[in-house]
Amino acid sequence: MHFAFTEDQAAITEAAREMLLETCTPSDLRKLLESGNPRDAGRWSTICEMGLPGIMAPESAGGLELGLTDLVGIAEAAGYVGLPEPLIELAGVTIPLLASLADDHGWLERAASGDFVAIGHPTNSFVGDADQASALLLGHGEEIHLVPAEAVSLVRQDSFDSFRRLFTVEWTPSSATLVGRDWALAAERGALLAAAQMIGLGQRCIDMSVSYAKDRTQFGKPIGSYQAVKHLVASAQVAIEFARPVVHAAAAELPLAIAASRARVAHAKIAAGEAADLAARTAVQVHGAMGITHEADVHFFLKRAFGLKSAWGTVAEHTRTVIERVTTARTGPDATFAAELSSPDPQ
Amino acid sequence: MKLEYTPEQRAFRLEVREWMEANVPSGPLPSFDLTQEGFEAHREWERKLNEGRWGMVTWPEELGGRGLDLIRWLIFEEEYYRAGAPTRVNQNGIFLLGPTMMEFGTEEQKSRFLPRMAAGDDVWAQAWSEPGAGSDLAGVRSTCTRDGDEYVLNGQKIWSSRATFADWAFGLFREPGSERHKGMSLVLFPLDAPGVTRRPIARMDGELVFAEIFLDDVRVPVTNRLGEEGQGWHVCMATAGFERGLMLRSPARYQQAARKLIALYEKHKDTLPASIAERVAKSWMDADAYALTIYAMASRLAAGGTIGPEASTNKIFWSELDIALHQTALDILGDRAELTALAPAAADPDNWLDGYVFALPGPIYAGSNEIQRNIIAERMLGMPRA
Repeated sequence: MHFAFTEDQAAITEAAREMLLETCTPSDLRKLLESGNPRDAGRWSTICEMGLPGIMAPESAGGLELGLTDLVGIAEAAGYVGLPEPLIELAGVTIPLLASLADDHGWLERAASGDFVAIGHPTNSFVGDADQASALLLGHGEEIHLVPAEAVSLVRQDSFDSFRRLFTVEWTPSSATLVGRDWALAAERGALLAAAQMIGLGQRCIDMSVSYAKDRTQFGKPIGSYQAVKHLVASAQVAIEFARPVVHAAAAELPLAIAASRARVAHAKIAAGEAADLAARTAVQVHGAMGITHEADVHFFLKRAFGLKSAWGTVAEHTRTVIERVTTARTGPDATFAAELSSPDPQ
Repeated sequence: MKLEYTPEQRAFRLEVREWMEANVPSGPLPSFDLTQEGFEAHREWERKLNEGRWGMVTWPEELGGRGLDLIRWLIFEEEYYRAGAPTRVNQNGIFLLGPTMMEFGTEEQKSRFLPRMAAGDDVWAQAWSEPGAGSDLAGVRSTCTRDGDEYVLNGQKIWSSRATFADWAFGLFREPGSERHKGMSLVLFPLDAPGVTRRPIARMDGELVFAEIFLDDVRVPVTNRLGEEGQGWHVCMATAGFERGLMLRSPARYQQAARKLIALYEKHKDTLPASIAERVAKSWMDADAYALTIYAMASRLAAGGTIGPEASTNKIFWSELDIALHQTALDILGDRAELTALAPAAADPDNWLDGYVFALPGPIYAGSNEIQRNIIAERMLGMPRA
């Protein structure tokens, strides 16, 4: 039993985090927004040079063959900077799904090097960054189809978050596009990585609040010296502190694919969503009227958290998963870890 | 990251489980906060635990422990709560003073006090708060006046849990004339020493859960001082770290309560709205989240890390989850929730009302949650002091 990241995991996360903090500042986000471009080409090529899209791809496809516990910290960092590019979904959901197919038609290797493949999972109503995709994984009932970009027509669905570029997709399934029937753990991976990004988003909202509250003075003192403000921020930090380990445990347990690991993912998504929501609203409150403007940076992070909270399964759906788990599988002090429920009761 | 017990850890769990099944009293013991008899029944249980060498498993063997690591301590606690074993009457000793003494005590103090503490021979109370020094603990006015090889203790302590029947107390005193955080010492004194007067204070349900302690020229040897003279504040803050950190409230306590809440929900679910199921799920999630956080903390400590101000987040989280969990149970019980165990129509074997009354002061003791939020804001996040 050891609930901590390895030194290698900490190192790769730190390298990615530094790159993201450097290349994706709020002013970079504003520039991208003004340019109207879907993504920052320079940043995306840096991300690809670091091999991040292929972090979970098999070595045979040019990947690093690492797991979710290696990606989860990077997903937090991507949330922290409000990364507009769809790295996390590509690296953590689409590529593992491509790798699970009997025949990926060569797309696994292309995706691992950063050629974007979009994913239209049945859980979600919309497909992210579909216009940037060379191919799309799309659901038709239980079937998975791998469809070239030329064979679809897209309708943009404007999101509150301009960087969440959502589309509805019109296409015709055929035996030529059918590649599988097992979505495997794609929905769980999507939910877990959304949760990890929300942890980062929530922490960013808190850090912004702290920094604003140190500078902004009222009644002759920084507003951060008042307990009423401190306690708002502290409460949001508590919510994050008790969501983060759930997200990390979910990353480690997800491959077990049992009721307990699915419920952990659901718990992670619910808790991270609540924490990010609380932190974002706290940031608005601490920034006062500035907090609801387009000029302040709060909105970048609030909007992303807002979108992710209901993507990859709603709070209601995830709550149902948790209720199902607590009423059907063993609970109590000896049932903390999913591995203990996948083996027979020691009694 | 490996979220799986080793075969040795699993075997240890089974060893604890078997011992608990053979030894935990079948029914609840009488309250340790109401009568001497109830208190002594709990002391007997502590002695029995000690005979099995379960008194404090993390302590070195020569001090009555088993020298186990924190992961095994968590496993022990999980089995302890799972078995429904009695609440530890000596929790202020074994969970707060014990670790502090391990860090600051002399070898002589450790061998003098810790084996007796592990055995329940000495049950300890904490004597820090005073009528004028609660959240502002640096405002204590009780004094320790050096007189040769002795301290003469004078003053008044309050809200001292278990002090009504306990044997010893660890108190925070100051040199006469010293101010605030300076000149304080942590001094151990017997509660039956000449000059000590105890006045029990009844909690709202009538239990004598705490006491006032009056000290009138109480003489103790200077060897009863824990840590350096004048360093009492520093020593106390280490204790507070253990208190808020991972010793005082085991996650297992809340996981066991959540398990019972789920059983209560299952029993009544046909008549309950979906909102109750959501609250039950929330309590289970919170108890598990606390357990995971503590496992992460234990893993960090095992790798040589320390507990910092994040301990304050723990204290807020468990105290709030405890209240919410009990409120949900009471809402499920409906108009029977207010019945005490004495009522002929009482049909609540799990005593949710007692649990609720126990949970109520959680946000107050061990440093109020308002103080904890200040600590998080100032020391974790770097917000400016007032």
